[in-house]
Amino acid sequence: MNDKRRLLTGNAAAAWGARLADVDYVPAFPITPQTEIIELLAQWTNEGAMEGRFVTMDSEHSMFSAAGAAAAAGARVFTATSSQGLLYGFEMLYNIAGWRVPLVAVNVSRGLSSPITLEADHNDILSARDSGFLQIHTETCQEIVDSILMAYRLAEHRDVKLPVLVNLDGFTLSFTREPVELPRFEKVAEFLPTYEPDHAFIRGDRPMAQGTVVLGGSVYSYFRYQVHRAQERALDVYTEVADAFEELFGRRYGLVERFRMEDADYVLVMSNAFATKGKAAVLRARERGIKAGLLRLRVLRPFPRADILSALSGRKAVAIIDQNLAPGLGGITFQEIAAALYGAGGGTPVISVIGGLGGKDISEGEFEAVFQDLERAASGETVVSPRLLFTESEQQRVQKLLAIAGKDLAQ
Amino acid sequence: MRPGNQARPVTATSPELEAIKNLKQIGREEFILPGTSLCGGCGGLESLRLAAKVLGPKTVFVNAAGCFTLTTVFPYTPFKGSWLYTTMAGAAAGAQGVRDAIDVLIARGKLPPEDDVEVVVVAGDGSTYDMALSATSGAIFRGLDFWYFCYDNESYGNTGVQMSSATPFGARTTTTPVSPTTREGTEHGKKDLFEIWRAHRPAYLATVSPRYPVDLTNKFLKAKRLRGPKLFLSHAPCPTGWLYDPERTAEYARLAVETGIFALKEAVNGVVSHTHVPKRRRRVEEYLRGQGRYRHLFEPTLNEDALGRIQEQVDHYWERAG
Repeated sequence: MNDKRRLLTGNAAAAWGARLADVDYVPAFPITPQTEIIELLAQWTNEGAMEGRFVTMDSEHSMFSAAGAAAAAGARVFTATSSQGLLYGFEMLYNIAGWRVPLVAVNVSRGLSSPITLEADHNDILSARDSGFLQIHTETCQEIVDSILMAYRLAEHRDVKLPVLVNLDGFTLSFTREPVELPRFEKVAEFLPTYEPDHAFIRGDRPMAQGTVVLGGSVYSYFRYQVHRAQERALDVYTEVADAFEELFGRRYGLVERFRMEDADYVLVMSNAFATKGKAAVLRARERGIKAGLLRLRVLRPFPRADILSALSGRKAVAIIDQNLAPGLGGITFQEIAAALYGAGGGTPVISVIGGLGGKDISEGEFEAVFQDLERAASGETVVSPRLLFTESEQQRVQKLLAIAGKDLAQ
Repeated sequence: MRPGNQARPVTATSPELEAIKNLKQIGREEFILPGTSLCGGCGGLESLRLAAKVLGPKTVFVNAAGCFTLTTVFPYTPFKGSWLYTTMAGAAAGAQGVRDAIDVLIARGKLPPEDDVEVVVVAGDGSTYDMALSATSGAIFRGLDFWYFCYDNESYGNTGVQMSSATPFGARTTTTPVSPTTREGTEHGKKDLFEIWRAHRPAYLATVSPRYPVDLTNKFLKAKRLRGPKLFLSHAPCPTGWLYDPERTAEYARLAVETGIFALKEAVNGVVSHTHVPKRRRRVEEYLRGQGRYRHLFEPTLNEDALGRIQEQVDHYWERAG
C-alpha cells in the first residue's frame, strides 16, 4: 500500500505529524493561528483515532508545564502554540530543556504585540533560540509532517535528549493547502519506535528527583554546558536521522537547503514560508542574467555553522533577509551568520535586510532592490544595512491611516 | 478516563484508611527524612512529614518555587518518593501533566498499574494565593485526581518575608513595614482561599495544623478514599518570618487554633464542617503577643483598635460558623 496523498493546510499537517508519531499526550491551549492543530487533535483523541490523551489547559504557561511534566513522567508529548502564547509560557521552555525531556512543540509564527497583529514573523520563535530547545523551521506542508517525525527521533536520541520546536508560518503556511504525502503508520513506527525513557520517568518502583536545586555556579555551569554539548552532538545525530528518513520515505532534508546555489554569485539567505518567494525571486533574477541562489535556514538550533560557511564562502555578496527585528541591532539571523563568517576568510560582503514583519509582503521590486544592493556591495560600494524593506505604496497606505488618526508620517 | 471531581464511594475503603483515635496510631515510618536546609522549627515541614505518612512511598511531590524548593538540593533528596520541581505559577499544571502521563501510560500498557503514584503539589502561600491561583483553579475545574498541600506561612518566606495575599492584617513584613502612615504593617486582610477553592467544589478540602496530628492524619486518610482534587491548607508557623524562637512552633500552632484564628475544618464536595471547635476561645492577644511580626501592636503602646479588629473578625467568623 502506498503512502496517502492529501491536500492539507499547514496546521492539519502539524496535527498529522503528532498523530503519526503516536503521541501519548497533548496538553493544549488555543491561540490564532495555531488553533486548527489542537481542534484536530481534540477530535482524533475523542473519536479514538488517536490513543493519546488530550487536555485543554488554562494558559500556555500551564500547557508547557503539563507538557514538560508529562515528558518528565515518561510520556511522548506534543503541544503547539504561537506568538504571545509562546511568550506566556516562556519560563517553561528553559525548564523543559533543563529537564532534558524530549517533547516536540509546534510554533505557528505570528508577530508579537504591540501593535497586535495575527500574521507571521519570527520574533516569537527566535526569542526561544537560547532556551536549549532545538529548532526546525519549515517551508512546506510536507516538510511540517516530516520534520515533526524527525524531531521526535532527534529529541529522543540518547545523545540529544532535548526538546524540539518545529516552526511554521502563520497564515502563509498554517492556512495554505498543499498536497502532502502521509506515510503509513507501520512505516512511521519503523522510523520512530515506541519511546522508552531511560532517564526521565516518574514511577512507584523507581523514585527519582528531577529539576533539583543546584548550589553554586560550577554545578549550574556543568548542567548548562551539558545542554550545549547535546546540541552540538545533535548536528551529527541529525544527519543519521535525515539519512534514515530518506531511506524510508525518499525525501531528503538537510540542516540547510541550497536552492540554485551551484554557481550562484549572489545569495539570499531566508527561512520558512517566505523562502518560496525568495526562490521565485532567484529564478527571476536568473532570467535577468544574475547568477542568484538561495540558502534556506532550516535547522537553526543547533546552529549549522559548517554548512552555512561552506554554502556562503566564495560568493560575491550575500543578503540575509530576516523576517524579524531586534530593534537597536537589526536582523537576528544576520548577526549569527555574520559571526560564523567572521574570521573564516574570504571577505564576502554580507548585508542585512529586514522584510516580512507581521506578514508584510516582500514584493518583486523589493527583491530586485536587494539584488541591486548585492551588486553594489560586491563592487565595493557601501550599502544601507540593515535595510528596512518598505514600498512607496505601503508608505502611502500608512500615510492615509495616519491622516485619519490625525498624525503625520514619522521619519 | 478518570472521572471528574466525583467522590469515590466510601464503601471502597480499606481498614488502613479508617480514622485513627490517638497519636500512637500514627505510623513510625518516615517518608521525608531529616537533614534538609529548611529552617529549624518549620511548621509546614512538620505538617508535610505527617501527611507523607499517609501518602506513603509511591508519591511524587510536584514542587512550586518557595521555601520547600530547598528540600531537594542536588544530589540530595529527603523524599523516599519522587520529586519534580516546576515553577512558582505552574505546579498544579505540572501535576496535571504527571497524572495524565501516568494514566495514559498505564492505559496503553507502558507502565504497570502497581507503579502508579500519588501526585502531590507542594507550594507555599505566595505561590498558592497569588501567582498559581489560575493554574490551580484550572486543575480543580478539570477534576484532576491530585493532592495539593499548601504550607501557609503567611508571607513570601523564601525571599525574605514579603507580604503575600495570605499575610494577615496587622502583621509586619519587609514590604509592609510599620511607619507613621502604616501603623498596622499589613493593612489588607488575608485572602479567604478556602472559600475560593470551595466554590470550585473539589472532592476534598481541609485545613490542617502541625500541632493537631490526629486531625491532620484523619483528613489525609479520608481524602485518600476520594478521587479528584484533594486540597490542604496547612497553618505553617514560621520562626524566621514571624520572629519567634523555633522551639515555640508547636505552641503558636496550638494557640492559633485555641484563639480561633486558624479554624480546623473540611469541605467534602463543598459541604463545610469544623473538625475541632475550641470550647472557650482564648483572646487573640495570646497568639499575637510574642511574635515579632505583631510586636508593633503591643509596643511602645497598645494598638487597641487593631487588636480589637482582629478579635472582632475572629468572633464574627465563629458566629457565622455556628
